[in-house]
Amino acid sequence: MADATVEHSEPVTAKVEGDGENGVRRRDFIEIAAVSFGGVGALAVLYPLISQMAPSADVLAESSTEVDLSAIEPGQSIKAVFRKQPLFVRNLLPAEIAAAEAVDASSLRDPETLEDRTAEGHLNWLITMGVCTHLGCVPLGAGEGENKGEFGGYFCPCHGSHYDTAGRIRKGPAPLNLVVPEYEFTSDTTVVIG
Amino acid sequence: MSFPWAKQYQPKTGLTRWIDEKLPVPRLVYNAVGAGYPVPRNLNYFWNFGVLAGFCLMLQIITGVVLAMHYGANALVAFDSVEHIMRDVNWGWMLRYAHANGASFFFIVVYIHIFRGLFFSSYKAPREMIWLLGVVIFLLMMATAFMGYVLPWGQMSFWGAKVITGLFGAIPLVGEPLQIWLLGGFAPDNAALNRFFSLHFMLPFVIAGVVILHIWALHIPGSSNPTGVEVKTESDTVPFHPYYTAKDGFGLAVFLVLYTAFVFFLPNYLGHPDNYIPANPLSTPAHIVPEWYFWPFYAILRAFTQDFLFMPAKLMGVIAMFASILVWFFLPWLDKSPVRSGLYRPLFKKFFWFGLIPCMAVLFYCGGAPAEEPFVMLSQIAATYYFAHFLIILPIVSMIEKPKALPHSITEAVLGEKAGADDAVPLGASGDGAHRPATA
Repeated sequence: MADATVEHSEPVTAKVEGDGENGVRRRDFIEIAAVSFGGVGALAVLYPLISQMAPSADVLAESSTEVDLSAIEPGQSIKAVFRKQPLFVRNLLPAEIAAAEAVDASSLRDPETLEDRTAEGHLNWLITMGVCTHLGCVPLGAGEGENKGEFGGYFCPCHGSHYDTAGRIRKGPAPLNLVVPEYEFTSDTTVVIG
Repeated sequence: MSFPWAKQYQPKTGLTRWIDEKLPVPRLVYNAVGAGYPVPRNLNYFWNFGVLAGFCLMLQIITGVVLAMHYGANALVAFDSVEHIMRDVNWGWMLRYAHANGASFFFIVVYIHIFRGLFFSSYKAPREMIWLLGVVIFLLMMATAFMGYVLPWGQMSFWGAKVITGLFGAIPLVGEPLQIWLLGGFAPDNAALNRFFSLHFMLPFVIAGVVILHIWALHIPGSSNPTGVEVKTESDTVPFHPYYTAKDGFGLAVFLVLYTAFVFFLPNYLGHPDNYIPANPLSTPAHIVPEWYFWPFYAILRAFTQDFLFMPAKLMGVIAMFASILVWFFLPWLDKSPVRSGLYRPLFKKFFWFGLIPCMAVLFYCGGAPAEEPFVMLSQIAATYYFAHFLIILPIVSMIEKPKALPHSITEAVLGEKAGADDAVPLGASGDGAHRPATA
């Protein structure tokens, strides 16, 4: 509709008072300016409506976890909670460290060494998420008497993924090693995750 | 539907033609709020408030759906979850203030819309159905707003829920069991809060449905106008788009200035500080009043202080309060004047500006004031006038009044009597919105 009438009235508008140069009409300018201004306003309103679904301040406030290592004996592991998900903290035995280092990392599905996966100077502290990288089940092996799988690390019963003593995927469908979260030793016996 | 000269939707591309054949939604929009809806050319700014009310409904639904993502409808956590929204949720403070003040501004807009209808008699034939649906929408809005105010579970929420459900307790015989059934308990608690949340979420969509009927009913006779003279020829109308989309856009911008001023600078001005105290069933706030938009009706409720014959005061107050809105349903038949617009009705106009409006102002003030003298007596006088206005004055005035001469057409009202047939096209209405100097 609009196009048809604009065409038909073009010769008239050329003489209309308030016409700018190059055939740009004042009315066109006002229309474009008003609609653009409204559009920018609408986008500005959209931002909080989208942002409100992101994690709120109370969720973010709980996004780091402190773990006390003093009570974990060599060979023992605990399950902690980090960002509402299980976290495995394991005090490796010298034999387990040796087993992990005996493997040629480049031959693995997700090539990483134990050094890559532990903090400097704390080779015996294996801290990983307790979330299988296949489809998110919690692997066994951190609790007393649980099946540690063929490689003595962790075993996910859902689809049979075997992790070794460095938490690396060795057998089964999982694509990646157990995730090592960001963490920091604040003293010899405390570590802050996240 | 609509006038024979209404522009017809013409799809321009293959895709829009394909859609138009299968499901002509673009055609529906074009005919409803596009160039396909011819509207009287003489609408003043009071005719902006229908579109503004529609905007407010959308605003409330969007902010409300978002708030529901963070709110916990359980008496144990409701109050804290509102504080969680205010402090923790990204932009939660803004969304909540936008929703709370949005309710107030929705009522401001709707009250102006209603009083526009009362002054210009928009309820008269052939527009009775639009008016009746409008009253239904208003009643649904009141129910929705009341239940929404209960959700933060503060002191005013709790005592508001108790007092308003107590109104039903005034009904003889079934009153008390009815109140207990409504609350799902003997006092407002988790059951009541939970069902109020459910209904508060659902009712806005019912309102949206009735709004569609309201607009549908409007489009059959077409919009009314300040002269009350019906549209006769094409020169009496301009297409809704771009003329009234532009005017409504301007009105919306002015509305948003006022609204955002409240949201950002006076967010709690229209609320009650007591509602930031968690609900306490053992202590009533000293001065308990509903939200400002219920004050006139609350004043009518409280105006009844004496039992009369077999009628307890409590019951009469409740009946009067509901009747004060129900009387609007009968307006199309109470006002018998053939002239619509108050501008051409000298006597009606006097009673409107010097009777109804001051009476509403007094009721409004008294509804927010404490229940003591002189406010009780003032409410009684104003409530008496309120009912007398609609039930006695309006029918009598409409029969005895001699209306002023109406213009022969809308075009004549706009251009004056010299307007001839050659001036058929409205000034500046060239179809592309270009302004041309008057050549008359």
